[in-house]
Amino acid sequence: MANATGKSFLGRFGVHIAVLIFVTIWTIPTLGILVSSLRDKDQIIASGWWNSFSSSSQTEAGRLPPASAQIEKDGKFVIEGNIFEDGPVRNISAFGLKSAAPTEFDAGSVADLGDGVTLQLNADGTFVMASPVALEGNRGQRVYFESSAPPRFTIENYETVLFSEGIGRSFINSLTVTVPATVIPIMIAAFAAYALAWMRFPGRALIIAVIIGLLVVPLQMALIPLLQLYNGVGLFFGVPSKTYLGIWLAHTGFGLPFAIYLLRSYMAGLPRELMESARIDGASDFEIFVKIVLPLSFPVLASFAIFQFLWVWNDLLVAIVFLGSGSDQLVLTGKLNALLGSRGGDWEILTTSAFITIIVPLIVFFSLQRYFVRGLLAGSVKGG
Amino acid sequence: MATQILSAIITIIVGVGGAVAYFWGANRLLDIIFPSRGVAGTAAIDNLRRQGLIRPWLFVGPALIILSVYLIYPVVQTLWLSFHGRNGEEFVGFANYSWAFGDREFRNSIFNNLLWLAVVPAACTFLGLVVAVLTDKIWWGTIAKSLIFLPLAISFVGASVIWKFIYEYKGDGQTQIGLLNAIVQFFGGSPQVWISLPFWNNFFLMAILIWIQTGFAMVILSAALRGIPEETIEAAVIDGANPFQIFWKIMIPQIWGTIAVVWTTITILVLKVFDIVLTMTNGQWNSQVLANLMFDWMFRGGGDFGRGATIAIIIMIAVLPIMVWNIRQANRESGGH
Repeated sequence: MANATGKSFLGRFGVHIAVLIFVTIWTIPTLGILVSSLRDKDQIIASGWWNSFSSSSQTEAGRLPPASAQIEKDGKFVIEGNIFEDGPVRNISAFGLKSAAPTEFDAGSVADLGDGVTLQLNADGTFVMASPVALEGNRGQRVYFESSAPPRFTIENYETVLFSEGIGRSFINSLTVTVPATVIPIMIAAFAAYALAWMRFPGRALIIAVIIGLLVVPLQMALIPLLQLYNGVGLFFGVPSKTYLGIWLAHTGFGLPFAIYLLRSYMAGLPRELMESARIDGASDFEIFVKIVLPLSFPVLASFAIFQFLWVWNDLLVAIVFLGSGSDQLVLTGKLNALLGSRGGDWEILTTSAFITIIVPLIVFFSLQRYFVRGLLAGSVKGG
Repeated sequence: MATQILSAIITIIVGVGGAVAYFWGANRLLDIIFPSRGVAGTAAIDNLRRQGLIRPWLFVGPALIILSVYLIYPVVQTLWLSFHGRNGEEFVGFANYSWAFGDREFRNSIFNNLLWLAVVPAACTFLGLVVAVLTDKIWWGTIAKSLIFLPLAISFVGASVIWKFIYEYKGDGQTQIGLLNAIVQFFGGSPQVWISLPFWNNFFLMAILIWIQTGFAMVILSAALRGIPEETIEAAVIDGANPFQIFWKIMIPQIWGTIAVVWTTITILVLKVFDIVLTMTNGQWNSQVLANLMFDWMFRGGGDFGRGATIAIIIMIAVLPIMVWNIRQANRESGGH
């Protein structure tokens, strides 16, 4: 079918362009936060990230030293210095004296302030203010200028976010939730799937139908009763109701229908002769399962593990219902959601945190894409 | 923190060890209680039969218990709660339901959910199909697919931050650092606060889900397209069909079942959409949806479990037809052998 359409050169060229457009649209959003997370935090707000390789220019305001800094020189009263003092040196292109006209004078030119007072501001930040009479006042002259800074990339944002914003801690919390919640369901589902695929017993068809039904039950249906149940159990035994054990079991429960469905369809497809010859040789169901079915099912077990890992890692709803919001229990998605509220405009914090949140799924995804796709194809009735 | 990691590791060991011990132990116990080897003929046959009756339940038992506690009981309980007041104590009949349909916010949520249902599954399936067809024709198609597929691994919250950055608004005259406003400004338009434009903001939120789910549709449909027998297309080419006819009359009808699966899967996802709305607008500016409204009522003013449960039931009712269809489909398949 590859050559059914688009035979002409123009057609083939069009296909390349169309795919390129799709890929660009689909990649640019993620690229945006990756690039931004590596930029200097002042530059993030000064220019769009797509301009991050060219110098960013911004309008700044500064104040000259007060009159007390003046010295008398050649019959004039002069204040000299550098507008940047000890800050990083930027390149000034223009300056002005009113906020309405911040770029009225080119850098290096002499501005007339009236009454014979002049101000010269140079590109490197040095200035000379001269007056025929002694300057007065303890507040210095306000100056506006347009500066441009060379592009600066840094990992400072990552240091800030990981160690002082609490993302590092949340990363550990996410791992604490995800790993057990991925491992626990596998074994339980595998035994159930084997029984439903290869053992004959009354009620089997009903159980399979119920599991297929449960595949699409919205998570929302389970939240309130389980919250009540956890609160009740917590009260009864005098233990906290929001615990890691609670969320591990909740994720196990929510993941089981898909796990059983996926594993059962795979196991049911294994050759019947294999089981029968083993049974004739005297193997019990337990032995058949452990020695034959389980090793053969490795690919589908891997598929499920990846699915469950991504689903639990990326989950927000279950985490905010069943875990607390303290730093010892807040997972990455919850933390990111909290940061969106508290650090709304601080894009250096948000982009960096977001990138840390998505990096683990991206690594898992790229290294194990084959298994992930296989699982998708086998289990695409699940609602996600 | 160290104790937390330690307890996680201990849980894995205890959990896995416990599961192994249970399955192995229960199985062994059954063999000891009803021995089938080393006993006289009829007794052995009797015991084998008994084993055959019990063993399947040992295997499915743990799964059934967990499913009952975490899914079946909650479904029943949620239905029960939806007929009760905020604490689940007094019976209120259909009061929660009549409240819901009179509530402005609820009706807004229903409207928005319908809008999402009309746009997102269709857009994902269509775009997924287009990308699947196009990438099959070029040498770098696999790389292109991987990149379009990639957002599927990103959490909804992460995706929301990514897109919030694209929609970022700075006052008129300031440098726009949001890509969308920068583009609008480049073409001479005036920047907008996209996510607070009533009605239209829904589409800006939908774009996020479409961005995530197109890769899913693409992968499934691409596999289905590969499964189309080559002969059917060759026959059409010989008969003089043009590419569009081949696509619409030969290829689409053969992958119709897969399109339905993709469509329903994304439909269910859309009904449950929560994280995107919570993080982008939290339902402000008329962008509320059912799942977020339900979450809101679960905790609003100490929590109104009756109303929360009612909203959950309404989401469930919307999923019900798909559930029934899935079960019938599965029964039909298993009836075959």
